[in-house]
Amino acid sequence: MSRLSNIPLTGWIGMALIAANAILFLFGPMLAPFGQEEIVGMPFDMPQPGHPLGFDQNGRDMLSRLLYGAQMSIGISLAAVCLSFAVGVPLGILAAIRGGWLDLVLSRVVDTVMSIPVLISALVVLQALGSSLPVLIVTIALLDSTRVFRLARLVAQGINVMEYAEVARLRGEGLGWMIRREILPNALPPLVAEFGMRFCFTFLFVAGLSYLGLGVQPPFADWGGMVRDNQQGILYGLYAPLFPAAAIALVTIGVNLTVDWLLAGHTTVQGDNR
Amino acid sequence: MVSLIAKRAGLGLLTLWLVSVLVFAGTEILPGDVAGAILGQSATPESLAALRSELGLDVPALQRYFDWLGGILTGDMGRSMASGQPVSDLLWPRFRNTMALAAYAGVIAVPLAVGLGILAAAKRGTIFDRAANIAALAFVSLPEYFLGLLLVLWLSVKTGWLPSLADTYEGMGLTAWFTATTLPMLVLVMVTMAQILRMTRTTVLGVMDQPYIETAFLKGLKNGRVVMRHAAPNAAAPIVNVVSFNIAYLITGVVLVEAVFNYNGLGRFMVDAVSKRDLPMVQAAAMIFGAAYVILNMIADIAAIALNPRLRHPRGKEA
Repeated sequence: MSRLSNIPLTGWIGMALIAANAILFLFGPMLAPFGQEEIVGMPFDMPQPGHPLGFDQNGRDMLSRLLYGAQMSIGISLAAVCLSFAVGVPLGILAAIRGGWLDLVLSRVVDTVMSIPVLISALVVLQALGSSLPVLIVTIALLDSTRVFRLARLVAQGINVMEYAEVARLRGEGLGWMIRREILPNALPPLVAEFGMRFCFTFLFVAGLSYLGLGVQPPFADWGGMVRDNQQGILYGLYAPLFPAAAIALVTIGVNLTVDWLLAGHTTVQGDNR
Repeated sequence: MVSLIAKRAGLGLLTLWLVSVLVFAGTEILPGDVAGAILGQSATPESLAALRSELGLDVPALQRYFDWLGGILTGDMGRSMASGQPVSDLLWPRFRNTMALAAYAGVIAVPLAVGLGILAAAKRGTIFDRAANIAALAFVSLPEYFLGLLLVLWLSVKTGWLPSLADTYEGMGLTAWFTATTLPMLVLVMVTMAQILRMTRTTVLGVMDQPYIETAFLKGLKNGRVVMRHAAPNAAAPIVNVVSFNIAYLITGVVLVEAVFNYNGLGRFMVDAVSKRDLPMVQAAAMIFGAAYVILNMIADIAAIALNPRLRHPRGKEA
């Protein structure tokens, strides 16, 4: 464990941003002074006392919308990333340990899916199924799980050939023990770092889809959709669309800074030190 | 080396075919009903059946796949469901627009990013290196539309230097085209440059840890010469990979940027088609994007093989 004084300034900033967003995610709607659909002013009106960020394109309080949107934007991404790890990690480890045809089939499927840009695959699926919250989460999670699978398989392969894994196998431990007691604990650091990066990517991706009008649909508010709704404001020199865009940027900057610091501290990925 | 390249090209073709299978399966076999989606609430069983046979949906999926694939190979991509126009007439002009924008950005971003990345590696630990790193990290984290809207606010609305929308049309002058597309180009340059710079720096630094670099230093060579003559050539292959990866990214990053500036490219075309659930248009656009991505990756791999000093000079010939 590294000492607290060794954490660089960028690491602190990153963690502070994550903590702030965690609070927004948990308590956002409770902190909001107005309802998310409540029209309390003129469209695109300037900031004024009681409305520090002004109003959106329909005259709703920008700050309140942002606070409500936090739950939607962060929640969807968290759900998608958790689901993609729940699918990708076990399959990746299983493919690494079992090998053979299971590994071959899974790896080929994953390689093929990965040969198409994620955005294009997602658009194809959304065209077929339409955009709803469950479709959005499951689609993104499954597309993302291919990347998680690749990493988990690589890391597990590295661990599986270590002496201690060999010893456990010779002791006659079963598959469950191997995964829970030998592989997972040692695969944790790279997987945690990957979780951060994946969250960042997914978060930007969900926001991007909403910005394109294909992600979170009204009446729900999320930050990407808010940028889209308020975009005309920029032509009148208003900052309205920049507030949700900046909120998106602050989340990704926070996660990136933290992961950057974590990876600089523990550079060795398990597969590398033979 | 030649057989390696031939193998990679063959693999690329196989991947292209798999992409076509995935695109077709994704749009046709997923449980969405196109005919139902078009008719919506007003659907009666008779009208549904009529529309299905009109769209050719009553034919078995396998036969439709081969018809579709054959059509694409001969340049016939079917007709748009919304407008009835041939997809290829709608698609190719937009594709050209997107490629023009991506090329405009790539030509500026790639040399700049690789140069700055090597410079940052050569000046490891200096103020320049740190500043480049922090700037790159910031640009990687910022969504395209945030950068885009900031640029619109500063360079267009407040100063009036550049147009806020990238309006292009057939037969416009070259100067007018460059003026119209400079803002979207700048956003794309910032986003791709950041990635390429970071990865180039890491790659060159990785090479700098090799024993032969130490030898070069021990021979008494200067830092700049070691970086340029010894490290950079060996880092070339991975850098080509990084660059192509990012150009491939450019192809999809362009979708968001086109939406910000309302640029008439393939990305906006595809987004429109998806929201209208216009199947043949989505299939064709997905296939083009997928093919561009696969082909770029293939070219990069082949270039990396051709650039690898170890593969160019097989063991026997080395002294």
